[in-house]
Amino acid sequence: MSNIKQNASEEAEFAKPLYTPIKRRSFFMYAGATAGATALLLSGCDDDDNEIVTPNGTVNLGSGDVGVLNYAYALEQLEAAFYAQVKATPAADFSTLEKDYFSQVAAHEAIHRDFFKAAINRDAPGQIIPGLTPIFTSIDFTKRASVLATAKTFEDLGVAAYNGAGKYLKTPAYLVIAGQIVSVEARHAAYVRDLISPGSFADDSIIDANGLDKAMEPVDVVTAAQSFIKEKLDASRVGK
Amino acid sequence: MNILRIIEQLSEVDADVLGRFDSRRAVFKSLGNTAKMGALAAAPVFVSSLFSKAYGQTTTPSVVEVLNYALTLELLEEDFYKKMTAAGRVPAGAAAGAIATILKHETAHVKLLSDTIRALNGTPVTNVKFKTSAFPADYPTQLVVAQALEDTGVRAYKGQAGNLLGKMAGTTSLLQVALQIHSVEARHAAHIRGMRMQPAWIPASDSNLPAPLGPVYTGAIREDNVIQSNVNITSQLGTPYSANDAAASFDEILTMAEVLDASRAGGLVQG
Repeated sequence: MSNIKQNASEEAEFAKPLYTPIKRRSFFMYAGATAGATALLLSGCDDDDNEIVTPNGTVNLGSGDVGVLNYAYALEQLEAAFYAQVKATPAADFSTLEKDYFSQVAAHEAIHRDFFKAAINRDAPGQIIPGLTPIFTSIDFTKRASVLATAKTFEDLGVAAYNGAGKYLKTPAYLVIAGQIVSVEARHAAYVRDLISPGSFADDSIIDANGLDKAMEPVDVVTAAQSFIKEKLDASRVGK
Repeated sequence: MNILRIIEQLSEVDADVLGRFDSRRAVFKSLGNTAKMGALAAAPVFVSSLFSKAYGQTTTPSVVEVLNYALTLELLEEDFYKKMTAAGRVPAGAAAGAIATILKHETAHVKLLSDTIRALNGTPVTNVKFKTSAFPADYPTQLVVAQALEDTGVRAYKGQAGNLLGKMAGTTSLLQVALQIHSVEARHAAHIRGMRMQPAWIPASDSNLPAPLGPVYTGAIREDNVIQSNVNITSQLGTPYSANDAAASFDEILTMAEVLDASRAGGLVQG
């Protein structure tokens, strides 16, 4: 872009993001006038990014809004893989209703994963992280208690992750999407907690004296989730 | 709908509330006598458009306005659960324990929001009560109202997230605090739904329920919506998903005007 003088075709190419993706424009409908302009920043914020997968195999979630979206995508991949296994090999001591409800939870998480994949590929082409490899060796999928304990960990962690990451988003439309998802994660968390211990949906172990749920920073969430993911994740620049 | 009460309460914290409406004179004119007030109160469409003009997308509410709006809902919830406890119909044991837990959180939210508004040199709204005549005598219907309030709260906080983007109180991100309340409301909603033998999440069919629950799950964006960010979840993600799973996997927003409408929380405020 150091060349100030541009020929017509270059100019047209440069202006492309402004008007070609009508879909992208309507995506920002909810969020008001400033959002569209922010979308343009998004395509420009990979300039200082390193490779997505470094030579030593670390997956770099990236920076800016794309970093937050990749971070969410990573967590949703983990949850979706977990519940897919729960659905495929349900614990024998699950009730019929529990099996039905966990099939629905599996669908919610698969939808979240697939949605982020589609949104990142559309809005930030070339910046999406790869599919991750889950490590579920610590989970006994044949035992209801083991499945529920892991589900509680993942759901509470997911809620804290979204709660802590919202402030790093610059695009209001993405923030609304994150808000639309986090409340569903909180519903899952409450359901799973009540299955483990009735009435623990929002007990003092998770809600503080101000009536606030947890909020965690991306690096802390990744540290907590890392033992379930083969690839090393780098969240150090998420939202930065 | 207690539109006058709401305007009055807003005027306590927002001196320019009437100035926000198209024409101060026109509003006073339409509020000219008691009969007209009654007619106005019965016209939710008009009221809704009044508020969307005053507080809708054309003008961005201030941070204190957003927090006072949240506080109004928390006060309404707090008073409802106090009335529910006092009415003595909640079964002892697990049910009473859950209601006590939820009431404790609503009280904490009231205090936190009030303190935050004062820290921002604003005046917290007070004296918002749940309408006595709308309070159900029986426990099952009390739970219906509790579900309505909690799921409304989830949608209402979500609707204001954009207005809190980047807003701080000292070093505290107000957006993060709002999100931390928002997910607690979602946990409450999930548990209340469970007490009613409903799934913790919102199935598509809830958008077709009769009042008082139906309006909670409708609005400009209904809870049975399957299109997110211009992507049809049922058909455009490579794998097909059912309309019910697509709807339940994303909760939806309500605008301020929608929440304050007579068909939703606005109709539950004591005049």
